[in-house]
Amino acid sequence: MTEFTAPDYVVALPEIFLAGASVILLMVGVFLGNRSTLLITWASAAAMAAALVMVLSIDGETSFTFGGLYIADTFGTFMKALVLIGAAVTLLLGIGYYRREGMNRFEFPILILFATLGMMMMISANDLISLYIGLEMQSLSLYIVAAFRRDSVRSSEAGLKYFVLGALSSGLLLYGSSMVYGFSGGTGFEQIGLAFANTAGTDGPAIGLLIGLVFVAAALAFKVSAVPFHMWTPDVYEGAPTPVTAFFSAAPKIAAMALLLRVFMGPFVEAFDQWQQIIIFVSIASMALGAFAAIGQSNIKRLLAYSSIGHVGYALVGLAAGTEEGVRGVLIYLAIYMVMTVGAFGCVLAMRQRGQMVEKIDDLAGLSRTNPPLALAFAIFMFSMAGIPPLAGFFGKLYVFLAAVQEGLIGLAVIGVLASVVGAYYYIRIVKVMYFDKPGEPFDRPVGTELRVIIGVSAIITAFFFAYPAPVLSGAAAAARALLH
Amino acid sequence: MSDWPILSTITFLPLVGAAFILLARGDEETIARNARQVALWTSVVTFGLSLLLLAFFDVTTASFQYVEQVPWIEGFNIGYHLGVDGISVFFLVLTTFLIPICVLASWTSIQHRVREFMVAFLVMETLVIGVFSSLDFIMFYIFFEGMLIPMYLIIGIWGGARRVYSAFKFFLYTLVGSVLFLIAILYMYLETGTTDIPTIMAHNFAPEVQTWLWLALFASFAVKVPMWPFHTWLPDAHVEAPTAGSVILAGVLLKMGGYGFLRFSLPMLPEASDFFTPLIFSLSIIAIIYTSLVALMQQDMKKLIAYSSVAHMGIVTIGLFTFNQQGIEGGIIQMLSHGVVSAALFLCVGVVYDRMHTREISAYGGLVHRMPIYAVVFLVITLASVGLPGTSGFVGEMLVFVGAFQANTWVAMLALTGIILGAAYMLWLYRRVIFGELTKENLKNITDLNWREIAIFVPLVGLALFMGIYPKPFLMVLHVSVENLLSQIAIASDMGVGTALASATPETVLDLLK
Repeated sequence: MTEFTAPDYVVALPEIFLAGASVILLMVGVFLGNRSTLLITWASAAAMAAALVMVLSIDGETSFTFGGLYIADTFGTFMKALVLIGAAVTLLLGIGYYRREGMNRFEFPILILFATLGMMMMISANDLISLYIGLEMQSLSLYIVAAFRRDSVRSSEAGLKYFVLGALSSGLLLYGSSMVYGFSGGTGFEQIGLAFANTAGTDGPAIGLLIGLVFVAAALAFKVSAVPFHMWTPDVYEGAPTPVTAFFSAAPKIAAMALLLRVFMGPFVEAFDQWQQIIIFVSIASMALGAFAAIGQSNIKRLLAYSSIGHVGYALVGLAAGTEEGVRGVLIYLAIYMVMTVGAFGCVLAMRQRGQMVEKIDDLAGLSRTNPPLALAFAIFMFSMAGIPPLAGFFGKLYVFLAAVQEGLIGLAVIGVLASVVGAYYYIRIVKVMYFDKPGEPFDRPVGTELRVIIGVSAIITAFFFAYPAPVLSGAAAAARALLH
Repeated sequence: MSDWPILSTITFLPLVGAAFILLARGDEETIARNARQVALWTSVVTFGLSLLLLAFFDVTTASFQYVEQVPWIEGFNIGYHLGVDGISVFFLVLTTFLIPICVLASWTSIQHRVREFMVAFLVMETLVIGVFSSLDFIMFYIFFEGMLIPMYLIIGIWGGARRVYSAFKFFLYTLVGSVLFLIAILYMYLETGTTDIPTIMAHNFAPEVQTWLWLALFASFAVKVPMWPFHTWLPDAHVEAPTAGSVILAGVLLKMGGYGFLRFSLPMLPEASDFFTPLIFSLSIIAIIYTSLVALMQQDMKKLIAYSSVAHMGIVTIGLFTFNQQGIEGGIIQMLSHGVVSAALFLCVGVVYDRMHTREISAYGGLVHRMPIYAVVFLVITLASVGLPGTSGFVGEMLVFVGAFQANTWVAMLALTGIILGAAYMLWLYRRVIFGELTKENLKNITDLNWREIAIFVPLVGLALFMGIYPKPFLMVLHVSVENLLSQIAIASDMGVGTALASATPETVLDLLK
């Protein structure tokens, strides 16, 4: 029996702070009621900003706490920074929306806070147990916010669908985890890694470990909405309230990708030969489906859902390389993707005619005449998502394909770039609607200060990323190095 | 002269102009007027600066001049590297020369969204100049592909009836080629550890690798040039684009393909270039003969000129792949000449289109009676396009054929038929539009060129004649750089790496491809 030592709480300070802040804000909300929503929204964003400062101020050394359940490293810092920025920004993005659309309830920012806390736990998980707790904390909050507009059929349907399928994937994850646990004898990532490593000389890892790995891969593929586990994405994205959709595509996706990287480049890395083929298939399928299925869409949120499936496919190209450069590429891609997607959903939130939200692509007709700055920003995001230089999206693709070519995955890279050409079709179709078509009914103005600032800042970052890419590149490089060593 | 970053100034000055235009405030009329003025003066100043490049150009060296090099993406060995040699300097000046002309040509014909038009044009000028001055692969690619955005908007917003279709086709076609080129760039970067173009030029790639890289590059440049059968975007894009857009497409953008072959395919992948020469020759000959025949049958003036561009660029690609001094220099001169002549031809069409709003050949006839100055200008340009001695077209074609005869007599023979066909469709076009009786009622009041239009054509006609009568200054600048290019190719072949391909038969190549 070892002597009990108190865990090092400082390492997990951001999470502890965020948990405390959410509980306090919840109490404030309970006492003040819905009139405190605006206050709580800003307070939640401020709490995330404070957590971001804490995350960034923790020094780069890898440290463990809570008996090895929790890891804090540079990789975690990078991903947590992305998640916190994405969550805070998308929370603020919807301020005008909550007020107008009858979502003015204080529970909403609190739920977002809880979800963010879950994501940070996921990123820092170093054990199957803490992984699952973080994931469920995130998912349960997300199910509720997806159905947050209770009186809307579409929103309720989205929430229910998300819940049922999400529960299924959690089941898959648990089943896979139990297999891995059973065949490795532990839940800690280190022990699982050893179990895989010990089979190096024999003809591969035990079959049970591999089955577990496949189940875990399927569950995580569901969470990042990669093909063939993507079915929920378009429906949930379309049905959920738009700020929630923005949040979905920014924060949880990044957290789930972090988890995927953490698990596959960590304990499962010895089985690289086995899981590489899974990732390659998922990546190609996601890129292709994201490109082809989006062509026929007429709803902008649905289109962005398919587009996000495609983006996951591109990010996975980096993981398929399975190298430090590959991980670096994924991280750069995610950072750029987050900025683009936040901006694009900001533009969608500005699509309002006579007080009603509209979300058909045709509603954008002639936007360049009726609201030139918005059209310009949206065009920048679309060209960037299509990967046209010199916009940021090009650099994201550049680094993942660089890693793929380096590992000799030229076929994957060629399929990827060709899929990006197909994808370019529907991105430039949106530009066409905005710039070439006759103006339709103009959108309501003003669009709101927070929205304007967020769209403007994301557009500037997207357009001028090439001028000063060093912070993101070096940050991603350091994070990738930390993950692999 | 040495510390001043003149190439960066030239490259980014148009962007500064575009920013100024964006800042303009006032009613629509004021903004339009200011936008035109700013665009004109920015592009004229840029042209003036680019003439300094030529004035201080050292013709005795083949190394890159006016070089600027600073690290850009640290840790990746990707740098901000600019410089020009005897080959690229002309394309750069051709670009800066045509842009003010395009701005003038759009003075009255672009009436809506003038501000956006001028911004798009100036942004494009920066990107095109960047293509010709970059000495870093990633930078080159950014400029090369970034240019799709303004061109897509120019065709799509200010184009003709089928502009949306054409804009999509242009965008996607070009993108498909470019993305494969990107993979090749990444491969070269990983093998050499740098994206610095001069360094990669000195690198010898293994023959079997060269084949694949060459094909990837070919996918991009063949679409851009365009070579038969990758040319189908061109008639659509040229016809639907506004006049200034067609001018810049034909005058400069097509040259990016030829420039790509010259700058990358030939010096970096000499064995593969040598191996694929028959392919280039065959496609070029088909392009020359087939598209000339197609041009004969066109009812639309712009479409006819568009097809003639494909044929002329076929002559260029033959020249570039002859691997001798005359052929390559001829190809370059032919590109420059085509840049001037096809630009002028599209402007000629623009003149009558602005007046009558139709490009149908049958809607015209007998214009000589009402528009004598126009008739003269059109005649000189037509003859330059046909390649009459004394015009720029002759010098380029002559040199290409001299080179081609040394390389392969049959190629030269077949390509020469293009000249005859070219004369046929161009002179027939001229006859149907200009000569004959002026019978059509609505043509009776058509006016001759105004001062603005004369100002547009004077430099073009002057240059076409000057290049034809006294081509020496052009050849002089080219000479050392082309010699250097040939020696690079020769050295690479002598190194012995190319023996596998040089002696390759179709069977061994099939083995390699497996």
